[in-house]
Amino acid sequence: MVVNCEQVWQEISNYLDGDVHPNLRAAMDTHFQECKRCKAVLEGTRNVIDLYGDERMIDVPLGFEHRLERRLEETIHPSRRGFLGWMVAATAAVLAASIFEVAKSSVLNQGEPRSEHAQSGAGVPPNMMVVVSEEGKLFHASGCPFIHDKAHLRTVVAGEAIKEGYTPCVRCMKKYLQADLEQAVDDLAGPKAEHRST
Amino acid sequence: MGAPTSPNYQVDEAREELLIRCVQDGEHEAFYELIRPYQRRVYAAAFAITRNNADAEDIAQETMLKAFKKLRQFRAESRFSTWLIQIAVNEARMRNRRARARVVEPMVEEQDAEGNYVPRDFADWREIPSETLERKEVREKLAEALASLGDIYRDVFVLRDMQHMSIEETAKALGISTASVKTRLLRARLMLRDLLAPGLGGTWSTRLHLAKGTKPW
Repeated sequence: MVVNCEQVWQEISNYLDGDVHPNLRAAMDTHFQECKRCKAVLEGTRNVIDLYGDERMIDVPLGFEHRLERRLEETIHPSRRGFLGWMVAATAAVLAASIFEVAKSSVLNQGEPRSEHAQSGAGVPPNMMVVVSEEGKLFHASGCPFIHDKAHLRTVVAGEAIKEGYTPCVRCMKKYLQADLEQAVDDLAGPKAEHRST
Repeated sequence: MGAPTSPNYQVDEAREELLIRCVQDGEHEAFYELIRPYQRRVYAAAFAITRNNADAEDIAQETMLKAFKKLRQFRAESRFSTWLIQIAVNEARMRNRRARARVVEPMVEEQDAEGNYVPRDFADWREIPSETLERKEVREKLAEALASLGDIYRDVFVLRDMQHMSIEETAKALGISTASVKTRLLRARLMLRDLLAPGLGGTWSTRLHLAKGTKPW
């Protein structure tokens, strides 16, 4: 099988995609060895494909990822407040949790307290996927802006993260912590009622 | 006939499937993790079609929001990345059409050129090394060359060679036949090669506004 230059040009794209019959490929290979012009077309086309396919061609504006995540958050979690609001809420949650701890251990003196990790992560669904970093102490929902050391993240289920000693981030795990707190309130209310009845 | 792939685009499909299921089951936080590998690609697809930074960013955001809202409808018949890029391409094309309608251009769909494309430059190819992509002016010149193509050629080239979609995926995303994809792809690749060829100084100076002999590589 012999091919001329025009046939080569019309098939050069398929040739580069590996989408030509083996006989045609062999004929084109022979042609490229003999025809400098077609060889130049082949090399140039291959160069073009390599250049444009390189990820460095993607030039995103500064802050693009951050703005995208913020916009998503507005839709996915419309009730979430701004950063300051979150800091206040987080501080309040920590304070409230501490108060309950003191109440449970010193006033009611209800048995052995559970481990710090088990308590703080109790409200988080154990099969939920979370991210942790090797150097960090907290586990986060993916996308949480409070994640440190983003370069060394790994994804695990929450139950596993708790076992490994991580505690939930008070920001992104707020709803679970609230559930945890509500449970703590119920726990407190239970013994009180028993105490009154005796 | 596999699509050319880049290691950067390899994702753990099993993990991706798990993340999709998590979001579909209400674990919305998993969505951030799911889309993270594709954020830049979605932007790039939108930018290649609209050629406007602000529009591309807006389209990327709209795409992700749409994907989040429609994820329940996603069926694993196509790859998640293909589905996502398809949403972005549709958004970008719609925006282009609206913009054209505003400048009273007739809404005529571009037609495939008749006849075979004949390369214009046959000088020995002087390779443009991929390292030069680190330089902004090189990326800008490549983007200009791409922008000078007609829409129907550029769209196919973007999906196939920049987004690394297969011929079939590209055809599906654009609603055209695989034969049309191949024809347009051939023309797009050869036209870009001519635009970047070392022997066509005139092309550079007139079409890409570069003085003769001042290619950035």
